[in-house]
Amino acid sequence: MKTLSWRPISVLVVILTALIFVLPTLRPGTWPHKKINLGLDLQGGMHLILEVDTDKAVEDTIDRIAQELRTSLRKERVRVVGIDRVEKNRIAVRLQGEENIAQFNKLLDADFEDLRIADTSEAEGIETIKLDLPDEETEHIKRLAAEQALETIRNRIDQFGVSEPDIRNQGKKRILIQLPGIKDTKRAKELIGKTALLEFKLVDEAGDISAALKGSLAPGTQLLYQIKEDPATNRTVKTPYLVKKRALLTGAYLTDAKVQIDSQYNEPYVSIEFDKKGGRIFSQITEQNVKKRLAIVLDSKIYSAPVIQEKISGGSARITGNFSTDEAHDLAIVLRAGALPAPVEIIEERTVGPSLGADSIKKGLVSMCFGGIFVILFMVIYYKGSGIIADVALILNILLIAGGLAAFQATLTLPGIAGIILTIGMAVDANVLIFERIREEMTLGKTPRAAVDAGYSRATLTILDANVTTLIAALVLFQFGTGAVRGFAVTLSLGVLASLFTALILSRSIFDYFLISRKVKTISI
Amino acid sequence: MQFIKPGININFIGRRKIAFAFSLVMILITIATLIYHGGLKLGIDFAGGTVIQIKFDSPVSIADIKSALATMNIRISSVQEFGAAEENEYLIRADSSVSTGNQLPLKIEQAMQQATSQKAQIRRVDMVGPQIGKDLREKALLAMFFSLLFITIYISGRFELKWMLSGVMAGALMLAVYVLTIFEVSIPFLMTAALFVTLVLFWFLELRYAMGAIVALIHDVAITVGIFSLFGKEFTLPIIAALLTIIGYSLNDTIIVFDRIRENLRKHHKQKLDFILNKSINETLGRTILTSMTTLIVLITLFVLGGGIIHDFAFAMIIGVLIGTYSSIFVASPILLAWQNRKK
Repeated sequence: MKTLSWRPISVLVVILTALIFVLPTLRPGTWPHKKINLGLDLQGGMHLILEVDTDKAVEDTIDRIAQELRTSLRKERVRVVGIDRVEKNRIAVRLQGEENIAQFNKLLDADFEDLRIADTSEAEGIETIKLDLPDEETEHIKRLAAEQALETIRNRIDQFGVSEPDIRNQGKKRILIQLPGIKDTKRAKELIGKTALLEFKLVDEAGDISAALKGSLAPGTQLLYQIKEDPATNRTVKTPYLVKKRALLTGAYLTDAKVQIDSQYNEPYVSIEFDKKGGRIFSQITEQNVKKRLAIVLDSKIYSAPVIQEKISGGSARITGNFSTDEAHDLAIVLRAGALPAPVEIIEERTVGPSLGADSIKKGLVSMCFGGIFVILFMVIYYKGSGIIADVALILNILLIAGGLAAFQATLTLPGIAGIILTIGMAVDANVLIFERIREEMTLGKTPRAAVDAGYSRATLTILDANVTTLIAALVLFQFGTGAVRGFAVTLSLGVLASLFTALILSRSIFDYFLISRKVKTISI
Repeated sequence: MQFIKPGININFIGRRKIAFAFSLVMILITIATLIYHGGLKLGIDFAGGTVIQIKFDSPVSIADIKSALATMNIRISSVQEFGAAEENEYLIRADSSVSTGNQLPLKIEQAMQQATSQKAQIRRVDMVGPQIGKDLREKALLAMFFSLLFITIYISGRFELKWMLSGVMAGALMLAVYVLTIFEVSIPFLMTAALFVTLVLFWFLELRYAMGAIVALIHDVAITVGIFSLFGKEFTLPIIAALLTIIGYSLNDTIIVFDRIRENLRKHHKQKLDFILNKSINETLGRTILTSMTTLIVLITLFVLGGGIIHDFAFAMIIGVLIGTYSSIFVASPILLAWQNRKK
């Protein structure tokens, strides 16, 4: 009695393993392994790529440093002609007189050692010194901005409640976001894309608003708008406000934001809580500016500008502004999660509705069934008995691809299904090569067993060579492709590997079983 | 059952001039259609822009959709039917200059519901910014180039045992391409140049099999692209996937013929090369046709049943498989003869 050879055993092991991995997809809960991941194009959902404007983060930092510089120069009584941000991320300091220059340089060395002197020039007795940040520092700010943006967005999405979101950095300043199964895409986009910079600014009631509207702004003021939508007429009303440029307080001091319903008007509003320091600043502001209007500004849009009636010392405030419940809810989320360190822009969006995803799955499966049946019939007609062996290999092939997808937790996409269908057509190739060889050997007069031996041994190298090239193409595609196309590369590679296995090992075992164990004398091919 | 009788002997090599003429005509058509259309028709994946797939309950005419959008002041570049006619689905495309605001889908949905007074369902939105489009364009070209390069290393190594030579050559090419991309040389230009250099190098280094394979591949991809352009279809990411698969598939065929050539060269080393080429092609003919048939069967099912998104992908693959089968018989092998003629 011949001992069991390694082939049937490895076949059994591989098939069982594949079955075990596929089981949770067919009958959830059989054992705790995840189902096959479906791509967004199959289950519906939204894919976004955001670009963080990291340059803006650098500019903001420069602005802040310029402000600090201004303050300390004033404190040290150094007289300057002007301090401005120029060429995006440089500070230009204009000074006059030896003494002032010397004092300025002293201050620069003592308190602003991080700043790099980029350029000095002199014209008409005014010395202009341009300062900027070292490249390393700039890079650091950019990296930090991208990381913070990611964290903030993750926080917002977690609070919004999306199951299994995928949020990650991509390259230096891009963020990839995948939200499976999301329905209200507009709301999600607003939630993600909002900078959510909350500022409290005093309304400049002394200023001339009509002059400002014509474009002549007094220094230190700016024009902001309050935009209200009248739900009855669907019209938007834009009210201009002249406000002081400097923010007295920002959302950085927030500890909490909640949606509440106004008992009087039955309208939702957002109540915010400051931390200790923020609460102190807020009570100071309100104390010093009683009877003045304080504008609540979010991303340069005024939400409301109430008149301060009295000092508010509890460390809490409310934001009102004709919200719907959803809007108030989302505003609370973005305020809790904090502001983005720099604005973001959506540079790629792919949204698939759930009904389209379901349709795609259905169409994919239908084409797979028909394609499979045609190929199976074709093989049986052309190769008779041996065709059945090839068909068994083909069906197990699909099982192996499914098992591979589940085992590696790869994502199945619509092009991925196309990849599987394509594999059905191409997978029989290995068997065709072998069968053609066997036929050739048999016409030379060899016995079935010898012909099968020769057929396999000669075809093996050819099959390997031919499949490696498809594998190379698939791997390159995987490396360069994104999203759905990557899914195609995955199933194509799995298909190639599976067909190598089924053709070289599985179908061989079946032949061996009939020719050696059952001692069949003829083969039907 | 057998399509091809075992003793078949068709003189493929003798008819290579006809085949070359045919290929030449096809490539000229490709060039002509590309010039006529002003280059490739790029989908939003590469050109940037927005595509919205919208579904109605009952048929709506394209003219109605267009006029409805025009009255709402929504600028779009095209509207076309999508998928099977009874599904009442349409693709609305806008250029990237229009679609920077992300309210476009919503506006279109509202406009459609008002104009057609039936429910319009937005099923899919694809928005690609110009920067991403450029990135994807470059990635696609690099992917094609690298897969060609890796495949040629493999062929030179396996068929001529010139692993070192081809490896060093490919390494140098990759390095050159990498360095030049850092200096922001235009990628399409770079790829064309690199491909040309590769071909010249193959010729002088006498990497015949690799040369045959790569010429056949360029031939297949070029003609597929040409026919695709002739039918006015758009290039999208899945089409690039199809082209890469065609590269892999067509090579599959080519390698099987080459493999037989190598075997027959050993068996009949006294025979002339063109006899051996012809014999090898004939011996593998049954397999070549059979595999192409099974692949075509599944591709045609995909083309018919797979739905709109897969439709063009299947179309590209069908052309590719046909051309790839043709080229492995009529293009790849005859090129092996080129060196023989040179030596005379």
